[in-house]
Amino acid sequence: MEKKAEYILGMKGITKTFPGVNALSNVELKIKPGTVHALMGENGAGKSTLMKILIGMYPEYEGEIFYNGNKVQFKDIKQALDIGISMIHQELTSIEHMTIAENIFLGKEPAFKKVWINEKAMIGKTKELLDRVGLNLDPKTLMKNLSVSEKQMVEIAKAISYDSKVIIMDEPTSAITDREVDQLFTIIHELKKNDVAIIYISHKMDEIFKISDEITVLRDGKYIGTYKTEQLTIDQLVAQMVGRELTDLFPQKKKVLGEEVLRVKGLKKANAYRDISFHVRSGEIVGIAGLMGAGRTEVVNSIFGLESYDEGEIEFKGKQVKIKSPADAINLGISLVSEDRKRFGLVLPLSVRENMTLPNLHLISGFSQLVSKRKEKNIVNEMIQELSIKTPTGEQLVKNLSGGNQQKIVIAKSLLRDPDVIILDEPTRGIDIGAKSEIYHLISELAEAGKAVIVVSSELPEILGLSDRILVLHEGRLTGELSKEEADQEKIMRLAVGG
Amino acid sequence: MDNLKVQTNESGHGAPLKKTFKVNGNLLKTYGLVIALLLVCAIFSALSPVFLQPTNLMNILNQVAINSILAIGVTFVILIGGIDLGLGSYVAITGCLAALFAHPNTYPVIVPILLAVLGGVLIGAVNGFFVTKAKLAPFIVTLGMMTIARGGALVVSEGRPISNLSYSFNLIGGGALFGIPIPVIILAAVFIISFIVLKKTKYGRYIYAIGGNEEASRASGIQVNKVILSSYIICGALAGLAGLIQASRITTGQPNVGVGYELDAIAAVVIGGTSLMGGVGTVTGTVLGALIIGVINNGLDLLNVSSYYQQIIKGMIIIGALLIDRKKTK
Repeated sequence: MEKKAEYILGMKGITKTFPGVNALSNVELKIKPGTVHALMGENGAGKSTLMKILIGMYPEYEGEIFYNGNKVQFKDIKQALDIGISMIHQELTSIEHMTIAENIFLGKEPAFKKVWINEKAMIGKTKELLDRVGLNLDPKTLMKNLSVSEKQMVEIAKAISYDSKVIIMDEPTSAITDREVDQLFTIIHELKKNDVAIIYISHKMDEIFKISDEITVLRDGKYIGTYKTEQLTIDQLVAQMVGRELTDLFPQKKKVLGEEVLRVKGLKKANAYRDISFHVRSGEIVGIAGLMGAGRTEVVNSIFGLESYDEGEIEFKGKQVKIKSPADAINLGISLVSEDRKRFGLVLPLSVRENMTLPNLHLISGFSQLVSKRKEKNIVNEMIQELSIKTPTGEQLVKNLSGGNQQKIVIAKSLLRDPDVIILDEPTRGIDIGAKSEIYHLISELAEAGKAVIVVSSELPEILGLSDRILVLHEGRLTGELSKEEADQEKIMRLAVGG
Repeated sequence: MDNLKVQTNESGHGAPLKKTFKVNGNLLKTYGLVIALLLVCAIFSALSPVFLQPTNLMNILNQVAINSILAIGVTFVILIGGIDLGLGSYVAITGCLAALFAHPNTYPVIVPILLAVLGGVLIGAVNGFFVTKAKLAPFIVTLGMMTIARGGALVVSEGRPISNLSYSFNLIGGGALFGIPIPVIILAAVFIISFIVLKKTKYGRYIYAIGGNEEASRASGIQVNKVILSSYIICGALAGLAGLIQASRITTGQPNVGVGYELDAIAAVVIGGTSLMGGVGTVTGTVLGALIIGVINNGLDLLNVSSYYQQIIKGMIIIGALLIDRKKTK
């Protein structure tokens, strides 16, 4: 019984192997009730696998799990939910054609005689939950009509609706606004008071240090250690996660700016953005900052011809150009690395080689239209070396690579065409910190080689670290332009919220 | 169908139109189908004096009963994100199975009834097993089962029609109660039960949830595989029921019967507004879809349109219905 008081949850000697891979070896995790416990590690460190074991998604593993001092072994998610462990999943798991109430109570609908759904009770309880997370919405609204951040808040409401004693939050703030983050933190504080333990997974260091009491670090599927948050600094934590000191995350190099390459004048698209004017010079990195939905992606998509624009002009190397499709942009020498690499950037079940050369087959096929395998292999292997992509060979399927390496392949696709302008939309989303650093160096090298680079990012440190100039958008309008010297997080945020 | 659009636009008032439209999407879809059905009926009653006569209307209901029951069954499978291509063959094998035990003065009539339905249950269970446990694509599994069941029908019947069936057995497909054909009564019962199950029970909710997002359903603690398996069993059982009615109606166990029935059933489901991607749709829509197909078949028959042209017209209606649906949801 003494044990009971100290830890609500204990995982001991957890080992999990997938065919050919040792995902976790001998990992431990001990969670005290009423605390926020951050689980940290790079992508691929084993955080998700560990959590999936905990909630019964992977019922086969070695090691022991103790809940409230008693040994437990979950066969499926239902058992974990029933005993009191729930999870906010990183990927949104809403069912679009169902209402908010139906989504929140999925699998645990209030019912008469266990069969007949009690719609009224469900709606009432949903209303309470929505109030608690600060959403003023009708419980009967369909999920597909909600914004991404509202959906995320519904997920949070769903997780707390189980009245669990342990709630796992996997990247809960990746899609929500600052105001909603505050709301989430208020909820977390309430939960703590009720002795609920939170396992918190996030890439955002400031959040971790703000909210967590203890931190457990994993690296390469191994347990590195558990620390009191107040006894760690960010640098120490990062060092534990990467296993080495990560100096100069952002390369600091003197840059030589060349001619103006791209100029946008008075670009406008109804319901998306208006009055967008800016230019980019050769060798320059221009950052575009703003909140989600500010119109950043729409602007760069229009420049690339992926979306149309209603008014305005685009000049490329001093000449006015019409860009109606991505093909036009590519022919001019503009390339875009999309924010959603799995949707627009990669064909996951194809190999590294096939992905890289997909838009570039003209480079390796002559008049006959037959693809020269030898040339193809050569250019692919060159790129793999140049960008230090970690893959056994060019024949490896892209879906088997880590997020960082996948992103490098998307970038490689663009580079093969030797473009003059490279636009990168959220280039490091979902990538761990080691790979981030490599991508930053790569971007900086591109500028050094005389390319004009545009980087769209929601991560302020990234925008600040990379850009020579920063444009800030707010609700489709350009609210400011800052030079590298004058920019700081506060100024950007003020412009981003329209101030 | 253009009328339908005007109708929906006028039903809202000014600004809140968009919102009510979204919220009541399902309801509007059903209204649209009812209007389409009435429209088709109006056209045929204008063209043929026979069409509106009660005997003809009852005749239509009787004719659509088998297709509707099959379509309701496959609605469960399609809602959950699957498909069943074998329905026609299931009708043949379960019909033959029932007929084998329906000769006069052999077994009580309940025996062939149970055998047909249980045969369908078994087929559905095998389909569901391969889909959930072996993780095979439903398209492939049921394509295989279509051939297996057809072969099975030929085996149990030794390739010949099984005739000389008992009077009470033949009543199932040919009899009537208070003037209403028994197949229509069976259809009504199947429809009402399916409607309630899908609309009011947790089980029904899980069918929609799994079709909408299987991973999310699993993460919510739903035993996804069990529900998927059960949907194939329901589909199989209703196909068995349809096979029973079919054999009784033609007073023969026919191993070659039912070719193409699955496509008529899937057409009814699709016209009824159920998404082939799963997660969206209703059995009300399915039955309305089957009725629309049935009314058009009947009307064209009355007008002496050749069955060759009827097929062409039916195909165009299926594509047209989807086009209108796409426009509405945009």
